[in-house]
Amino acid sequence: MDAVFSNFDEYLKAFSLTIALFVVSGIGALVFGTILASFRVGPVPLLRGFASLYVTLVRNTPLLMIFVLFAIGGVRIGWNFKFVEDIEVFGWNASAFFVRSCIALTVYTSAFVCEALRSGVNSVDLGQAEAARAIGLPFMKVMTLVVLPQAFRAVIGPMTSVIVALIKNTSVAAAFGMAEATATMRIFTNNNADERLGIFLMFAIGYVVIVEVVAFSSYALERKMKVAR
Amino acid sequence: MRFTTTKAFVLCAGLGLALTACGEAGNSGGGDVDVDVAKDAASSFADGSRMKELAEDGKITIGVKFDQPGIGFKGATDDQPQGFDPEVGRILAASLGIESDKIVWKETISDNREPFLQAGEVDIVIASYSITDERRKVVGQAGPYYVTGQQLLVAKDSSISTLADVKGKEVCSVTGSTSLDNIKKEGAVPRGFDTYSECVDQVVDGAVDAMTTDGAILMGYAAEQPDALKVAVDPFSEERYGVGYSKDHPEMCQWIVDALKKSQDDGVWAKAFEATLGKSGVETPTPPSADACS
Repeated sequence: MDAVFSNFDEYLKAFSLTIALFVVSGIGALVFGTILASFRVGPVPLLRGFASLYVTLVRNTPLLMIFVLFAIGGVRIGWNFKFVEDIEVFGWNASAFFVRSCIALTVYTSAFVCEALRSGVNSVDLGQAEAARAIGLPFMKVMTLVVLPQAFRAVIGPMTSVIVALIKNTSVAAAFGMAEATATMRIFTNNNADERLGIFLMFAIGYVVIVEVVAFSSYALERKMKVAR
Repeated sequence: MRFTTTKAFVLCAGLGLALTACGEAGNSGGGDVDVDVAKDAASSFADGSRMKELAEDGKITIGVKFDQPGIGFKGATDDQPQGFDPEVGRILAASLGIESDKIVWKETISDNREPFLQAGEVDIVIASYSITDERRKVVGQAGPYYVTGQQLLVAKDSSISTLADVKGKEVCSVTGSTSLDNIKKEGAVPRGFDTYSECVDQVVDGAVDAMTTDGAILMGYAAEQPDALKVAVDPFSEERYGVGYSKDHPEMCQWIVDALKKSQDDGVWAKAFEATLGKSGVETPTPPSADACS
């Protein structure tokens, strides 16, 4: 464990990158997954078809292959996202590698967010949507004002599982140019073969801490959102 | 490698010497170099030693890399790995009286070399395995049998010509490798990939500015695509490749050192080098002398 403590800044840097990957692709997946879920329950057949095809394709494809598609295949045909390196936000700019990893994680996680949310939509009483329509609200308003808020409340538990899976899935980026926690752990074990177990434990604890923070916030949220039925 | 085999085949066929000449050129059974397999090797080792057990079993499991042309490479359709490391493995096996086709090759990646040795998954590891003090605490490492150094592989038209040029540039290698750590200390942005071939593709596609690892490996890739890639920068580290063995069998060290010494003296080591790494155009170096076994 000495190896970790004497290079603690490296350890923290690695986990901040893991968290950055998680936060950016988590927000992306929640937004895109919600849009997909609205498509799936919406009135337009073309969008319904697109969303269900998307979920079928992406959910059945291993994350590693989606990474290969965006981080290796895409680059080959010119989709390298190099332009993002010129964009600066608050003095911080993302690398093309970071963006490619976030896209892969977002594309993958969105399918699961969509399905979790769809089950939540199904749990909303049909009368709610009918009442909203009866007072003349268009589909978008029905979803954003009436259905989705109730659906989100119903799926906090399963959505947490999707998010927790995303945290751990960020480790796949280790093989695609990101020096995040798992990649840094491999550097540590390679340089300190005699401390393999200690290093492994330290990095495992790092992941546990992040997951527990998310899990506890989800419990808190669940308690706050609880409604009498 | 594949190219030269094809060329040799075309040449042979063209000259009409097909059967007799080409029979030797193929390497159906084992390596590129003929190694004399020791007769009755078991009797020359002390009772109870691991070498005697292996020689009596007539079988040895060797961990090598499968993705480093010139060093240790096995294509999807090959049945035997090719490269300098497998050749060294064949030399060592031969000194135990084990034929090349009785060697069980197991792919080891950088991450699992120590665990494989400790768990007895492999008997020895010959996998571009640099000797370090930390590694010697958990496993035995005999050698070195080859000394190389870290260099850069860049696109043919790249402006990188000195080590200082990598500052701020993106440089890839295998995730977790020492090379990646070293280049980071030079101010480059490290980009880790699972395999060297993915990393080479990134250089060719222009997604990263350079690839870094031991010069021996880079030369193999540069030789495969001479129009797109070149090796730049003089070696800036010293990697001493050693043979890994389990600490449970410390007696293996002396056997490895002796067998290496013998192959260096009788020229087999040089032949193995010429048939593998030497193909990329580097001169055969003077073999390094191995560390004493403690």
